[in-house]
Amino acid sequence: MIWIAIRMLTGDAQKFYGLVFGIAFSTLLITQQLTIFVNLLERGASGVYNVSSADVWVMDPVSRTTDVSYALPSTALDKVRGVPGVEWAVPHIRAQASVRTKSGDLEGVAVIGVDDATLIGLPKNMIEGSPDVLSQPDSVIIDDVGMTRMFPGQSPIGERLELNDQRAVIRGIADATPSFTSTVVLYTKYSQALNYVPGTRNRLSFVLVGAEDPSQAKALSEKIERETGLKAQTRDEFARDGVDFIIENTGIPLNFGITVALGFIVGVAIVGLTFSLFIRDNIKQFGALKAIGVTNGKIRKMVAAQAALVGFVGYGLGVLGTLAFIWSFSANPTFKGFYIPWQIPIISLVAVTLILALTGWLALRNVLKTEPAAVFR
Amino acid sequence: MSQAPAICTRGVTRDFTAGQQTITVLHGIDLDIRAGELTYLVGESGSGKTTMISIMCGILWPTEGEVKVFGTDIYELSDTELVEFRLNNIGFIFQQYNLIPAIDAASNAAVPLIAQGMDRHEARERAVEMMAKLNIADQADKLPNQLSGGQQQRVAIARALVHEPRLVVCDEPTAALDASSGRRVMDLLREVAVAEDRACIIVTHDNRVFDLADRILVLEDGKIIHDGTEMPEEH
Repeated sequence: MIWIAIRMLTGDAQKFYGLVFGIAFSTLLITQQLTIFVNLLERGASGVYNVSSADVWVMDPVSRTTDVSYALPSTALDKVRGVPGVEWAVPHIRAQASVRTKSGDLEGVAVIGVDDATLIGLPKNMIEGSPDVLSQPDSVIIDDVGMTRMFPGQSPIGERLELNDQRAVIRGIADATPSFTSTVVLYTKYSQALNYVPGTRNRLSFVLVGAEDPSQAKALSEKIERETGLKAQTRDEFARDGVDFIIENTGIPLNFGITVALGFIVGVAIVGLTFSLFIRDNIKQFGALKAIGVTNGKIRKMVAAQAALVGFVGYGLGVLGTLAFIWSFSANPTFKGFYIPWQIPIISLVAVTLILALTGWLALRNVLKTEPAAVFR
Repeated sequence: MSQAPAICTRGVTRDFTAGQQTITVLHGIDLDIRAGELTYLVGESGSGKTTMISIMCGILWPTEGEVKVFGTDIYELSDTELVEFRLNNIGFIFQQYNLIPAIDAASNAAVPLIAQGMDRHEARERAVEMMAKLNIADQADKLPNQLSGGQQQRVAIARALVHEPRLVVCDEPTAALDASSGRRVMDLLREVAVAEDRACIIVTHDNRVFDLADRILVLEDGKIIHDGTEMPEEH
C-alpha cells in the first residue's frame, strides 16, 4: 500500500512539486537564516579569534568586548607581567580612525596596534606579505574586507593612505575574520598606532597574556583579577561576551527569529493547503480503499509515507539550497568563513517534521472521518 | 441455483439525524439474498437502496437489526475484524469506479490483493489474469485516464473480483452507459460475478436491464414492496 500511496502522490505532479517546494522553501529559510544568524553572532567574537595566541585578555573592569572597551593606564602592562603564571604579556590597542584614500574617499576604519617586538595581536595568516613588513616606516597591514571594499579589483600593496592626517602605507594583507560590522581593519605596530589615533592620557585597550600553562588559563585570569584589580577573561569567556553583547544590544535575534518563524508558518501554510487539496482530490479513492478493506492503520501509514517522501526531498533540496548559498557567497568577505553548524540542519529537520506532522495530521483527519459508505453516495 | 442465504437481514432499521429531526430511512427490513443469483435492488432516489446496500456490505451500521453475511453477524465483529471481513469476502464496483489515477489499470485491479498483503508483482499478475477474462488484458499498462469509460468499468469489475470474494456489490453499473453497453456489462457481470457460492447484488434503477435479473427487490420509502423475478406492472 505504501507503493500505491507514493504513486498517488507523485502521480499528481503539480501538488507533489507544490509540497516539495513548501518544505524546501521552509528548510531553506530556516537553515539559511539560522546559519547567517549564528555566523553573524560569532562575528561578535572575531576580534578575539583573530588573536589566537592570547590565553587571557586583561582590560578595564568596565570593558565588555574588543570593540567596547575603556583604555587602561600603561602601568597595567607591568602589573600583569608581575603576576605569577604569566609567561608573557603584551600591549594591544584598538581604536577608531578615519582614512582618506588616494581617490579621496573617506572610510571609517579600526586601527589595531600589535606588540612591537613579538607582533602578537596580528591574525595568524597573511594573504599577501609577511608580518615583518610592519618593521618598515608607516607600515600598515589591511584585512581582506578592507582590500575588497577600498581597493576593488586591484592590489592594495604599496597604496598610501591618509590615516588621521598621518601617512600610512599598506604593505600586507591579513587573512582575518571580519568583525560584526565588517569594518575595515588596519594592523600596525603598537608604537605606530599611538601616532595614528588621537592622543588621550590612557590608550592601552587590552593586555594580551600567554599563560605558562594554557590549560590553567581560567585560574590565571582569576589570579590576575585578584592581584591587579583589572578584569581578566579567558579567550573563550571573552569571545562569549562578544556574542552576548550582540544578542543583548541589537535587534538581530528578534529579526532572525521572526524570519525563522515566518519560514515555519509559510511552510505550514503551503504544505497544509497543498496537502489538504491533495487529500480532497483523492478522498473518493481513499474512501474506496476504506470500503474495500484497507484499515485506518494502513491509511495512516500511506499518508505518513507520502509526508516522509515530501519531507525527504524537500528537506534535502532546502539544505542543498543553503549550501549553494554559502558556497556562492564564500568569496565575499562579508560572508567569509560562514559555515553551517551541525545543529542547524537538525533544527530544520525538527521544524520540517513538525510541519509535516501537523499538516499530515490535519489531512489525515479528513481521510479517517470519511465514511466508506460515502463512496456509494 | 443454490438457495442458501448469502445475506440475511432481520429487522434492519436505519435512522439519520438532520438537525433536530430524525429520519428513518429503512424500516425493519427482513431479507434473504441467495448465492448464485443476480439480485437487483431497485427503487427511486431516496427509497433507501444505497443505505440498504451499504448496510449489507458492512460499511454502514444499522440503527437496529442484524445482518449476517455467509453466516457471520458482521456488526458483531470488531472494527478491525469487519474491515478484514470486507477485504476477504466482498468485492465492490462503484458507480464512479474510483480508480486511482496515478497507477496503471492492472495495479488498480490488484489493489485488494495488495491490501491483503500479497507481493505487488504477484498481485499484478493475478490482476492481469482477471483482466484477461474481461478482455482488457491489453490495457493493463494504461493509466485510467487513457481508458474509455467502458474499459474503466471493466477494470473496476476486475478489482471487485480479483480476490475471489463471496459477495459482489455493484452500484448503478449502467448509469452512464447506453442501452446496448449497459446490457453488455450486465451480461459480463452475470458471466464473471455470479457463481454457485457467490452472491451478486446490483443497485440500479435502469429499467433497460431489468429483464436480466434473477430476482428483483423493489424498495420504496425504506420498505421492500416487491420481491420477484420481474418488475411489478406499476413500475
